[in-house]
Amino acid sequence: MTAIWDSLGRAWRTTRGRAGAVVLLAVAAASVLGPFALPDPLAQPNILGGAILPPSLGHPFGTDELSRDVLARVVSGGRVSLTVALLAVGLSVTLGALVGLVAGYFGGAVDAALMRLVDGALAVPRLFLLLLLLAVSERVPLAVLVLLIGTTGWFATSRLVRGEILRLREESYVWAAAALGANRRRIILRHLLPNAMGPLLVAATLGVGDVILLEAGLSFLGLGVQPPAPSWGGMIMDARQVLVTAPWVGIFPGLAITITVLSANLFGDALRDAVDPRGA
Amino acid sequence: MTRVLQVENLRVSFPDGAGHRFHPVDGVSFELRKGETLALVGESGCGKSLTSLALLRLVPPPGRVDAGSVIRLGDTDVLSLTGEALRRIRGRRIGMIFQDPMTSLNPVFTVGDQIAEGVRAHFKVSRAEARDRALRLLQEVGIPDPDSRLDAYPHQLSGGMRQRVMIAIALSAEPEILVADEPTTALDVTVQAQILEVLEALRRSRGMAVLLITHDLGIVAGRADRVAVMYAGQIVEEAPTGELFAHPSHPYTQGLFASVPRISGPVQRLTPIGGSVPPANAWPSGCRFRPRCPKAFDKSELPPELLAVGADHRMRCWLADPT
Repeated sequence: MTAIWDSLGRAWRTTRGRAGAVVLLAVAAASVLGPFALPDPLAQPNILGGAILPPSLGHPFGTDELSRDVLARVVSGGRVSLTVALLAVGLSVTLGALVGLVAGYFGGAVDAALMRLVDGALAVPRLFLLLLLLAVSERVPLAVLVLLIGTTGWFATSRLVRGEILRLREESYVWAAAALGANRRRIILRHLLPNAMGPLLVAATLGVGDVILLEAGLSFLGLGVQPPAPSWGGMIMDARQVLVTAPWVGIFPGLAITITVLSANLFGDALRDAVDPRGA
Repeated sequence: MTRVLQVENLRVSFPDGAGHRFHPVDGVSFELRKGETLALVGESGCGKSLTSLALLRLVPPPGRVDAGSVIRLGDTDVLSLTGEALRRIRGRRIGMIFQDPMTSLNPVFTVGDQIAEGVRAHFKVSRAEARDRALRLLQEVGIPDPDSRLDAYPHQLSGGMRQRVMIAIALSAEPEILVADEPTTALDVTVQAQILEVLEALRRSRGMAVLLITHDLGIVAGRADRVAVMYAGQIVEEAPTGELFAHPSHPYTQGLFASVPRISGPVQRLTPIGGSVPPANAWPSGCRFRPRCPKAFDKSELPPELLAVGADHRMRCWLADPT
C-alpha cells in the first residue's frame, strides 16, 4: 500500500494539506479528551438567574441561556458531529466502492442498470430526501441518522469507483494476473481495489466536510441530533433567540463548523492533488 | 520431439457493429515442440498478440475464438475448458510475458508478493515457502541482490529489472510453455540482449518451449529454432530459422528482409514495403498481400494455401504452386 502512504505524505508536505490535517487532528483530539477536562455539557449550574455569561476565564466561550458551558458543548457537539461524519462517510464510501466495483467489473447490463439507478438518485436533492425521511419519523436515534446519511451519500462515489475500475481493468498487470491464473476474487481484491484506493480516500476526506455541514443543517432544523444532546447545528438554532444579546452562544459553534469543514476540505484538496497531480 | 502445443485453424473474430464479424486472426496453424523456440514474426496489427491471448482464452470480449478452431495443450483441449479448469492452465501450463514491463506489474505490491502470488495460485504452499521460491526465481532470472529486491516495489526497479521480474512471475507456476509477447520492445538495446539471454538459458535449463512473438527479425536470428511469419491474420511462411534467413521465399518475408539494414555487404538503400497492413475488418480478397506485392500476378486473385517450397518450409503464395 505504498502508493497510499506516498500520497498522504505528499499531501502532508503541502501547506494546506498540513494545516488541514493538523486542525482536524486537533478537533479530533479535543473531542476525545475534552470530556475529561471540561464541565458536563448538560449541567445547568445556574438555571434560575443571570445564566448567560460572556466569555471569561472560567467559561472561555461563555455560557448559554441555560447556564451551560458553551466550550464544553462545542467540544461535545464536535464529538457527535465527527462520529456521525466518520461513520456515515465510512458507510457511503463502502457502498459506493461496492456498487462501483460491481458496475465497472461486470459491465454490460449490470453496469447500465446500476448507473441509471445512480443517475436517478443523483437527480434527487440529498437534503430534501433526508428531510422527507426524517420528517416522517419522530426522535431519530443517532444510529438511524448515520444510516440515512450514509445510504444517501454513495451515488457519486460509485461513479468515481466505476470509472477507476474501467480504467484499471485494461491495465497490463490485470491482464498479467489473469494470464497467471488469478481468479476473479483475487483480481478484484488485489489488483483492482487497492489501485482505486487513492481517489476513494480523496472522496472520503471531502465527504467528511459535506456530512458535517449536512448534519449541522439537519440539527439546525431540529431533525438531526436530538436535544438535549449537544450538536453544532442544534446550538446555533438555540442561539437564535439570544443572538443580539449573547452572540457568543452562536458564534462559537458556527466557528467550529467552519473551521472543521474548511480543514477537511483543505486536506482533501491537497490529497487529491497528491493522488492525481494532473488535476492540480 | 514431443509436441506440447498444437494450434489448428485458429480463428478469432470480433463483431463489426453492422451484424457481421471480422477475423483479425484467420486460420492460424502451428505447433510447438518440447524445448524449442518458435518465433512468430509480423508487423503490428497482423494478429500475433491476439493469437497468443487466444492460447490462454484471454481474448477480450466481445471477441471470441470461432468454432472449428483447435488449441491442444498436450492432451488438453483448451477450447473446451471452463471455469476452474481453465484457470488451472493459465500460468501453470502456459506462462506469459507481456510487452511493457513498466505497466505489467501492480504498483502497490512488492515484487516478492507478486511472484509469490503466482506460486500460491497453483501450489498449496505456505507463505514462507512461496517467498522462498520467489527468492530462487529472482536468482534464476539473474537479479543481483535478490534478497533485498524481494521487498522492492516495481517503481524502484529499472525497465530491464522489471522485465526480469515479469519472467520470474511467468515462471512461478513452472509452466511447460512460455509465451513472450514482444518481451524486449520496450527496453534499451543493451538490455534486450540480456533479457533474450535469460529466456534462452531458461529454455535450456527447464526444457521449456518458448513462443517468441516479435516484429524484430534481428532478435529471431540465432535464438529461434523455427520462424513463422504472420501477415493479415494468417501465417504466410514457416521454416527453420537458418532456412528462412537463407531462402526467404514469400514476397512479404523478402520485403521484411529488404527493409532491415545490414552491417556486412555493400551499402544499399533500404527497400521499404509499400503501403501498410490492411485493417482487420477489410482484409483484401485473394492473396492478402496482393495490394502491396511486387510479384502479384493473375493467380493472386484467389486465396493461396500454405504450399511446400522445401523440406519443412512452407509459404502461402501461388509462386510455390508448380501448376
